[in-house]
Amino acid sequence: MSPELNDASVATDLQDERLRQRQGIRGFIEVALERIRGGDLGVLPVVLGLVIIWTIFQSLNSYFLSSANLVNLLMECSAVGVISLGIVCLLLVGEIDLSVGSVSGFSAAVIAVAFVKHDWPLPLAIICAIATGVLIGYIYSLIFNRFGVPSFVITLAGLLGFQGLQLFTLGHSGTINLPFDSILVKFGQLWFVPPALSYGLVALAVLGFLAARMSRARARKAAGLSATSRQSLLIQAAGLALLLLFASWYLNQGRGVGWMFVLFVALVLILNYALTRTKWGLSVYAVGGNEEAARRAGVNVSKVYVSVFILCSTLAAVGGLLAAGRLAAAAQSSGAGDVNLNAIAAAVIGGTSLFGGRGSAFAALLGIIVIQSISSGLTLLNLDSSYRFMVTCVVLLLAVMLDSISRRSRTAHGRA
Amino acid sequence: MTTAHAKLPAPGRTSENVLALRGISKNFGAVAALTDVELRVDVGEVVAIVGDNGAGKSTLAKVLSGVYLPDTGSIEFAGAPVTLANPQFALNLGIATVFQDLALCDNLDVVKNLFLGNELGPFRLDEVAMEVKSWELLRQLSAKIPSVRIPIASLSGGQRQTVAIARSLLRDPKLIILDEPTAALGVAQTAEVLNLVERLRENGLGVIMISHNMEDVRAVADRVVVLRLGKNNGTFRVSDVSNEDIIAAITGASDNAVTRRAAKASDAMKQNEDEQ
Repeated sequence: MSPELNDASVATDLQDERLRQRQGIRGFIEVALERIRGGDLGVLPVVLGLVIIWTIFQSLNSYFLSSANLVNLLMECSAVGVISLGIVCLLLVGEIDLSVGSVSGFSAAVIAVAFVKHDWPLPLAIICAIATGVLIGYIYSLIFNRFGVPSFVITLAGLLGFQGLQLFTLGHSGTINLPFDSILVKFGQLWFVPPALSYGLVALAVLGFLAARMSRARARKAAGLSATSRQSLLIQAAGLALLLLFASWYLNQGRGVGWMFVLFVALVLILNYALTRTKWGLSVYAVGGNEEAARRAGVNVSKVYVSVFILCSTLAAVGGLLAAGRLAAAAQSSGAGDVNLNAIAAAVIGGTSLFGGRGSAFAALLGIIVIQSISSGLTLLNLDSSYRFMVTCVVLLLAVMLDSISRRSRTAHGRA
Repeated sequence: MTTAHAKLPAPGRTSENVLALRGISKNFGAVAALTDVELRVDVGEVVAIVGDNGAGKSTLAKVLSGVYLPDTGSIEFAGAPVTLANPQFALNLGIATVFQDLALCDNLDVVKNLFLGNELGPFRLDEVAMEVKSWELLRQLSAKIPSVRIPIASLSGGQRQTVAIARSLLRDPKLIILDEPTAALGVAQTAEVLNLVERLRENGLGVIMISHNMEDVRAVADRVVVLRLGKNNGTFRVSDVSNEDIIAAITGASDNAVTRRAAKASDAMKQNEDEQ
């Protein structure tokens, strides 16, 4: 666009002559390349990592990318993925929760004891288990705000404490089986979206995406701001439709998409909306970026911490319920072992910064798929958990190193 | 000297207070940052607070914005006694502050920084309206910001300063505190900020301007309050005081580094003339 053009013909936000105007597909690619060079990697590393991991495992075992295995993989993702969503929120404000594993195990124990031992109705038992999550998060936030104890110390104490409480709740039996005809177990193991409905959901998602983007573009144009062209919006929507249709078609060759995974994706979308389009989400990013600045801008910082701690523990409790449904039992080992680290690793691998203020809800989704792919691939190769731990360790370290490097690069390119 | 301002009724103006501080003290451990500080700001008045480094200017600004709670003393805002317990309370009351360290979030873009804590549509952010309003405000301040959708981290010091000032105006405050508002600004932006201060005065707002720059102070301030080592050290009406008097009050002596340097310079000039 030449500077001689009349100002009125240029959108309000593009009038500065220092702005380089880019248009069309070439401009789009140029902008994307520049962002990556500037250290704003987005989801690129995790998608690349996923491609590499899938290629390697597929070449070692041709069953890996079969629809049957992928259906299982996605079902396995859901429980830890939900827990990881909470971790993303906490990492965004620059804090961490090391006790999500124990909290999820404790919530599984609560529902098993309430539902099986005391014969409570299932909805009441579920509410009870989720309420324990809310309460735990509230206690954490009280200690954090009142006494200023670092979150990793509080939650390290919680890790031990709630594991103890879990063992205490389960009692001598150690394992409580959930009846196979209960809704929770069916939800965790048997319920899949019928093929026709899955295509309907895809259509709904694509239309929703298109409608939201179109109305935003229209509003921006009406206000005299620059807007994405209708053509590129249609291309984006078509791309999304192709991707989702292919994925659901391929999964429908097997058992299909589990309702548990649909719940997980729905939670990701809701959290994404809350983080990007609400006052609360903005204050979460602000507290993670510069807590003092947020406080002086009038953000109630303590309240933000309370909300995020509660959200994290609640999602951990929900994850515990899903895991119990999947296993059809609450055991002493529920939520123990690598659940904690997998949930945190998933958030970090997905691109959530450990330094706060950077990341998105989709990090949990992509990160947990990477971790479950590694786990599933190694299981197919008949390698035991010793290998799984070591490989996951390498991937986690790579992700954290990438986070640090891209942070440095962002500072150098003025993207902080 | 500390009671000087009591003898200075504002001519032709109702002496209605926006803000009145009495006996404000603030200690940090063994250090008394502020001792018995008095300050009054009238409606439509620009008060400059000057003082050397460590005189307590920024501490006073933080007390007024609710960041620090004073140890003793009373604050009266718009005629009613208030306790500025936290920044949110001060903001809601109508006290907006532009801090020296600007207090912006590096990871957020300009629009989000401007509207942080004051968002339009809490459950569905009205991004379009916020962006339009941002451009309006920034144009008004002749800000040279290329795009409002880039993170604050990529802006220069002066651009950040403009963003911080623009943010303080968003909430229609009654009193604006500007801590070193022109320190990082270019020539045109400094003039715009001074124009803005005058506009704020015309609109009946109280303005407190903390500054080292005597020219800026003389250009817009009605009164100058001098702080020295955390205490009031004189209040002057700008129209009837010389720079030398203010500097003497700032440094605590008429024989100070500034006058000595000036004397040296004029001596050297005289010597030059003699040699010629």
